[in-house]
Amino acid sequence: MSTDARAAEQGGVIETDAVIIGGGPIGLFAVFELGLVDVSAHIVDILDKPGGQCAELYPDKPIYDIPGLPIVTGQEITDRLLAQIKPFKPAFHFGQQVEELKRLPDGRFRLKTDTGKEFIAKVVVVAAGGGSFTPKRPPLAGIEAYEGTSVFYAVRRMESFRGKSVLIVGGGDSALDWTLNLQPIAKSLTLLHRRDEFRGAPHSVEKMRLLAAEQKIRLVIGQVSALHGESGRLDAVTVKTKDGEERLPLEVMLAFFGLTMKLGPVANWGLALTENLIPVDTEKFETSEKGIFAIGDINTYPGKLKLILSGFHEAALMAQQAHKYVYPGKKLLFQYTTSSSSLQRKLGVS
Amino acid sequence: MVKITFIQPDNSEQVVECEPEMTLMEAARLHNVPGIEAECGGACACATCHVYVDEAWRDKTGTPSQMEEDMLDFAFDVRDSSRLSCQIKVKPELDGLIVRVPAKQF
Repeated sequence: MSTDARAAEQGGVIETDAVIIGGGPIGLFAVFELGLVDVSAHIVDILDKPGGQCAELYPDKPIYDIPGLPIVTGQEITDRLLAQIKPFKPAFHFGQQVEELKRLPDGRFRLKTDTGKEFIAKVVVVAAGGGSFTPKRPPLAGIEAYEGTSVFYAVRRMESFRGKSVLIVGGGDSALDWTLNLQPIAKSLTLLHRRDEFRGAPHSVEKMRLLAAEQKIRLVIGQVSALHGESGRLDAVTVKTKDGEERLPLEVMLAFFGLTMKLGPVANWGLALTENLIPVDTEKFETSEKGIFAIGDINTYPGKLKLILSGFHEAALMAQQAHKYVYPGKKLLFQYTTSSSSLQRKLGVS
Repeated sequence: MVKITFIQPDNSEQVVECEPEMTLMEAARLHNVPGIEAECGGACACATCHVYVDEAWRDKTGTPSQMEEDMLDFAFDVRDSSRLSCQIKVKPELDGLIVRVPAKQF
């Protein structure tokens, strides 16, 4: 029975009605619309929290064009959507992205994330917005060759930095936290930032300044302009400062320049794409592959507006078609939440 | 109408005409100026609409706010003339403004 599906996990594979790729406002609302028609869903998102751009880029910025909410911030709308979809008990899978999406011989889809989680779903809803958030890569010539060996955008294992001469670039909490955490184990540590002002938590800034004053770390104000090394091993960078250029020897560079959105693996799933967007019809918001839908900022069609409210509408129409795939042959009666006791039961309000 | 000149890294120039009250980023997007990505749509939240304001115009465009200055930390090759074009409002005094698009946004 798929209605109440707290999705049976069989052999590590999660079987469910729908997998929603992207936990932004549209992915969240898709849970609601699917839930009303008894289609249960799992949501996968690369961020560590729900809300997508709303939560990551502008949690405190007001949005003025959500019908019925004259003013609401990115975080508030996320929280309200989470409250709204709660009756449908969506399962979230954060901090990972769907890498593989394949159709099975029985018509369902098999999905696999980069952390190895696997799903089998009857329908897939791509609500990936502007794409996956990925760390910004400084556009320095040849940087790709050093990534994973000498250049990192995150710390997975602190131990791998023990005894190394480390350069940390950035001025926010990530740069400061890793400066404080790696200083005791690194051979030497230099913190490089473009200005002598830091966005991080004041107590971290204070601690960092103390370490610099005690000469336990070196604080340099400037920007990296070139990388030097060979066969994937960095041995120095050129740093531009107010006083000119300096060659800074090092073994590893950690760069923290925030996140950017990249289409990512969506491009590899065999879906038709138009300028990094997924073309859909405007009846079902289905892609070139039956059973795979695309809603919100990631899709395109004549007249498309990248508005949250458009995505909500798309989610509602998508759900009608998704129901047909999940319950073949079953007629769907159109109902209103105001008057339908069956919908109200699902919402837990009757 | 206010005329703005965008100069690309290869020195090619594009003059766009725009209405006051738009932002420089919006004017660039409206006229498909390459290199102004504006990933966040103008929320001062991504630093992908970075431009260099021509020396002669820096007084008229003013200086970045604290929020913009913080966001410029996420831009590449930041200079004294760096601004986020979504934070510059087009106004009649800026008629003739010249800005340069960086070789790369992030």
